[in-house]
Amino acid sequence: MFRPTLRSTTRILRGTTPTSFLNGRLAAYRFLSNEARSKIQTAVDSKPVVLFMKGTLDAPECGFSRAAAQILELQGVPHGKLQTYNVLQDPELRTSIKEFSEWPTIPQIYVNGEFVGGCDILLSMHQSGELETLLEDKGVIPKVEEPATTAPA
Amino acid sequence: MSSNLTSTGTVEKSMREKLTALLHPISLTIRNESSAHRHHAAMRAQNGGSGETHFSIRVVSDAFKGKSPIQRHRMINTALSEEFMNGLHALTLEAKTGEEAARTSP
Repeated sequence: MFRPTLRSTTRILRGTTPTSFLNGRLAAYRFLSNEARSKIQTAVDSKPVVLFMKGTLDAPECGFSRAAAQILELQGVPHGKLQTYNVLQDPELRTSIKEFSEWPTIPQIYVNGEFVGGCDILLSMHQSGELETLLEDKGVIPKVEEPATTAPA
Repeated sequence: MSSNLTSTGTVEKSMREKLTALLHPISLTIRNESSAHRHHAAMRAQNGGSGETHFSIRVVSDAFKGKSPIQRHRMINTALSEEFMNGLHALTLEAKTGEEAARTSP
């Protein structure tokens, strides 16, 4: 869905963007056109949970993407509420998602259109319980009223 | 069993300098884990990479006080934007304040 127009628009804009524009942190990123931005926005909003990863849920192609996918699985995120995009299938997406999120690495996780972070942040939120709370608050997974501790002593 | 890694590479050295200048860290540990990732497709595309593509960074600094995890990671990512443009591929980050580090260590 990203391929048809991204290439030409970014090239044109890159040619006309004054280099003084791209100082400081922006130097790491190419200028992202409004068109490219709106395509990614559509992808980000496509499902409550969106994971930009290398490979697929069934066949992740990077350990960090695998970890992110496993955490979402462990949290019980229903597949109907999860959309993944394989950046290895789309070189333009791979570049532009980094600019869009201002985040240099893959995977990247969005919940209800908000950037949550990459693998490390997802993992630490998973461990601290923050991720469960976030997913519950956003209605992605059902709230557990009273955690049933049925494990025998 | 060949290794093209020097004990401390130039990327590692410049990352250490930049993070030290930015964060005045209480402690800063940088581990080069690139050799474990040489076989990845992305690294093969760079000729096995420079040997400085994957790092793990543990940093304790009071510059992180009052900042969310994502803000802390962004501080570090921004400081290392040049390295990311020049072949740095993956960072595992642990960023804590002095107080948080004291609380979690045994």
